[in-house]
Amino acid sequence: MNYFVVVDVTLRKGIADPEGSTIERALPALGFTGVTNVHAGKSFRFDVEAESEEAALEKATSLAERLLSNPVIEDALARIGER
Amino acid sequence: MARIGVVVFPGSNCEYDAAAGVTRLGDQAEFVWHTRTDLDGIDGVILPGGFAHGDYLRPGALARFSPVMGAVERFAATGGPVLGICNGFQVLVEAGMLPGALQKNRGLTFLCQPTTLVVSSTSSVLTRGATIGQELVVPINHFSGSYTCDDETHDELVRNGQIVLRYKDNPNGSRDDIAGVANNSGNVVGLMPHPERAMSTLLGSADGMVLLESFLGVKVAPFVLAH
Repeated sequence: MNYFVVVDVTLRKGIADPEGSTIERALPALGFTGVTNVHAGKSFRFDVEAESEEAALEKATSLAERLLSNPVIEDALARIGER
Repeated sequence: MARIGVVVFPGSNCEYDAAAGVTRLGDQAEFVWHTRTDLDGIDGVILPGGFAHGDYLRPGALARFSPVMGAVERFAATGGPVLGICNGFQVLVEAGMLPGALQKNRGLTFLCQPTTLVVSSTSSVLTRGATIGQELVVPINHFSGSYTCDDETHDELVRNGQIVLRYKDNPNGSRDDIAGVANNSGNVVGLMPHPERAMSTLLGSADGMVLLESFLGVKVAPFVLAH
């Protein structure tokens, strides 16, 4: 089976996020008030050939930890996505 | 005469500056293409600045999987001196050869300016010829140079004297003003500033010579960790 997987990579809690805070500061100027806790991250999407959803997610998590994220500063979360 | 391997990844752009620094101090520089898997006859390795593999994903994230990195890790494991400058430093942290990580600069701007560094440890191949508290003017040229690590790692770095250089006036938000760190044995060092671009007063500063001389001197007098 082919599974469509989405991996979100975000900065770990406590790690400075200058991109997120810059975006947050820019929002009021555009009239968007009441938006807080803005965090910037990366999103990856790909197909994984696997026996089951679990196996697909396991493979995606493994490659996300090895390559897509830097575990020193980032968390990676894999999920089955909708096309 | 020491033979220094300057690793060249697709996208490296400071390899000639690094090689010029080495030859200027009387040693021999040899370019090592990133697909090479041996470092036979090499006395020291420099990972130069640039944008290895386009810096795609994260700086250094793809370069760490280049075939040459296996050889660099083996070389370092036997005590061989390894120096990562700027992008080379980013490659070394991604490879896990140095602790911590390098994030985007605090102000989200690319910084290209002279900085004043303060030597804070001489227990490394890069700083053993310097003196603690010595100030060196060396330029930086980076977007992702803000050093970060968790508290536990930071305590360890301080305890072992692994923080080798600090910024006098922190330009990028680095934790504890860190500009360069060493591994626990002191033979692997990474720094964001470019000592190879501070080799002549005519071009602004010759303070980088102190650092490169230390690094190259390892061949003459083998490095033994002081702490």
